[in-house]
Formats: sequence, structure tokens, C-alpha cells
Amino acid sequence: MEVGGERARGREPASSPPAATSPREPHTLRGGRLRISEHGASQLLRGSELRGRTPAVQYDEDDLERHVRERVLTTTLDRAVAWARSNSFFPATFGLACCAIEMITTVASRMDIARFGFEAFRASPRQADLIILSGRVSIKMAPIIRRLYDQMLEPKWAISMGACCSSMGVFNNYALVPADKFMPIDVHVPGCPPRPEALMHGVLKLRKMVQDDPEAGWRERYGAVGTEELLPPPHAAPAGSVPPRGN
Amino acid sequence: MPDASELELIARELRAAEGGGEAASGSPVLDTVFFRGRATLIVEPDHIGTVLRRLRARGYAFLASVHGVDYYPHEPRFGVLYELLDMERVERITVKLRLAGAGPQVDSVTDEWPTANHQEREIFDMFGVRFGGHPDLRRILMPEDYEGHPLRRDFPLGGEPVLFTYNEDETLGSPA
Repeated sequence: MEVGGERARGREPASSPPAATSPREPHTLRGGRLRISEHGASQLLRGSELRGRTPAVQYDEDDLERHVRERVLTTTLDRAVAWARSNSFFPATFGLACCAIEMITTVASRMDIARFGFEAFRASPRQADLIILSGRVSIKMAPIIRRLYDQMLEPKWAISMGACCSSMGVFNNYALVPADKFMPIDVHVPGCPPRPEALMHGVLKLRKMVQDDPEAGWRERYGAVGTEELLPPPHAAPAGSVPPRGN
Repeated sequence: MPDASELELIARELRAAEGGGEAASGSPVLDTVFFRGRATLIVEPDHIGTVLRRLRARGYAFLASVHGVDYYPHEPRFGVLYELLDMERVERITVKLRLAGAGPQVDSVTDEWPTANHQEREIFDMFGVRFGGHPDLRRILMPEDYEGHPLRRDFPLGGEPVLFTYNEDETLGSPA
């Protein structure tokens, strides 16, 4: 079938001006027609003739330009990867205090953060790329959290949820330590505790940050440039040498 | 609660059991306080074990909790409170002792009241009161390498300067 077949069946809205030679389709394409249109576009992009047939629609220069621009999406690989990452964070299952209740609510059916792809809480930091510090961090807990954060795989992000772990809130005393002191935080969500909407807003902020800048800039902010966990390239070791192993 | 007169009877009995006269030096019971329906025995720190044992024999068998108090700047500075409960008559009595500010030490009662184990550790952690004969006198809440005892009243309130964007540089120090 060729592009514009739908119009032949007389479903064109009467109000739209008759554009008999335009190959543009209305934007209300349903699945089947979209596929047909793609077929038409591929026909077009390959050249005019396919299996000896001439396409039904001949494009002039401007129409071709517009046709390609409407149907072909260009991006960089980095941006595509960041887009994919930002839409499927894997948060660590990690609750510290009362804020964790709000975090749980964020995942539950009423708020349903699954709409944005963050619902898969992972029980192991090795499988998580987002840690939500939901509660106050005592100085006894801080090394444990730092260890969890270090165990997460790159790229990784952190949200400091609530007043306590951002600014220690009402517990600004001998027992607590703000999260910024021992690990990089990408997004601070204020509140005591923040409502689930606030946490969701924070996660969406983080999503935007990741889409714009996958590193989220924390290495610069925390003076941690060069600490990326990267496997050495296979040609790094000289040929024939055995990599040193721990005894 | 024992009423005020029963509290006096308990105190007299404890003094008599130790062989001292009323308010004699070396008496286990220094004072009694009856305030708002709560009976308190103030005892000599050396006699805490025997006092608690005699009260247990009178029915106050359940050691509900052990507390520490810092009365700084008064001297003797520290207080340790033992809340006892008679589970049959549902009566409570408080046994309180005071310890000097320099090197506060008192005998542990963990041998006979195992519930005192963690609570004495907590008092040690927060106030620095040492309990002689405690089987495992370590910090329980604060990290092992923590310096100081945070619930002492002369302990600095602490807290961290809060990092905001406007004071980030001066708080963290200028980046190298």
C-alpha cells in the first residue's frame, strides 16, 4: 500500500483543506497506518523504485526534506543512553527512618512511581543505581551507607530525602551527620518528611539532570574527578605479563 | 506506689538490716523523697547491690529500667536511678544514688538483673559512669571510637554547619 491510502477511503476530515498531492499524513495515525507510512518512507528513502514499482507519490525537494524531518529522529548515542537510563532507575531498597514510609508510599499504588519506571527497588546495592537516603543518618550509620554507595555500580545517583540527611533538621546535634559530608548527593528533597509528591518531584528532577548531563556534575562539585570505577582496558597490561593477584 | 509512710518503713527496715542507726554514717539509705506519688530512696552507692537485693526480697523483683542523670554543676554530679516494680501489687519504687563528678563509678547489678546489662552500657556511653564488675562495658549507641559522653551537660551541643549553596565554599573550605 502506498502513503495516503487512508484518504482514498474518505476519512479525511471535511474541514481540512484538500491537499491532493501532499504526502503528509494527519497526526492521528494508528498503528497500522503508521507502519504503512513507514513502509512508504522506506520506499522513499531507498530510492524511488522498489520491485519495479514506482511510488505513488512523487516528492519535490521541500516535501522530501519535510518528510525526512518528520519521520527520522537523530540523536547522539550519549543522549539516547541517558534517556534510557533516566527512565529506568533501579533504587536500592534502603530505608533509614520515617521518610522511608513516604518512600514506600511513593512506590505503592496511589502514587505509583512505576509510571516513570522507578519501581524496581533492588535488594542489593550491586543491582541498584540510585540510593534514596530516607531518614536521619547517625554517625554510626554513615560508614555503612558510604559502603553501600561505593558498592553501587557506576553510573550511580543519590537522593537525600528529608531535612535530616540534608541539613540534619531538628536533630542537629552530636549524633547525626549530614549526607553531604560523606557521599555525593545529586538531589536534596526538603520536607519533614517530604510528601510522596515531593519525592517524586525530586526523582523527576534527577531524571532531568541525567538526561541533560549523565554525570550530574557531582564529581566536579565534590572534587572527585578521576575516581570513576572503570575496568582497565584489556590492552592496559603489557603482553605476556600476568596480572597480579592477591594471595 | 508505696505511700509516704510505707516508704519510711522500707527505709527504716533497710537501715536496720545494715546495722546502722537512723541517719548514721554508713547507713545504706541517705534520704527518702516522696513527691507526687512517687517514692524514691536515695542510697549510698556502695550499698546499691544489697539495697536492691533486699527490695527484691520485699517483692520489688522487676528492674524496670536504669537511668543516668547529670546534675552538673551540682556535686555529686551524676545520678543513677533504678526503677523497681512489684509485679504482684503493681507498685513502683525508685532507688537513686549520686556519684562524684570525677571518675564516677558504681558496682554493676548485671549479675542479678541481666536487664541492667545494656542499660548500664548506655549510661556508660552517654554519661561516662563506669560500672564495676560489668561483663562487657563497651559503648552501645555511639561508635566505638567516639570521644566524650554526649549526654553530659558540659558536652558541646554539637551539630554540623548546614551546607547550602551560598555557604558551600566557606563551609567546606575553598577547593584546592
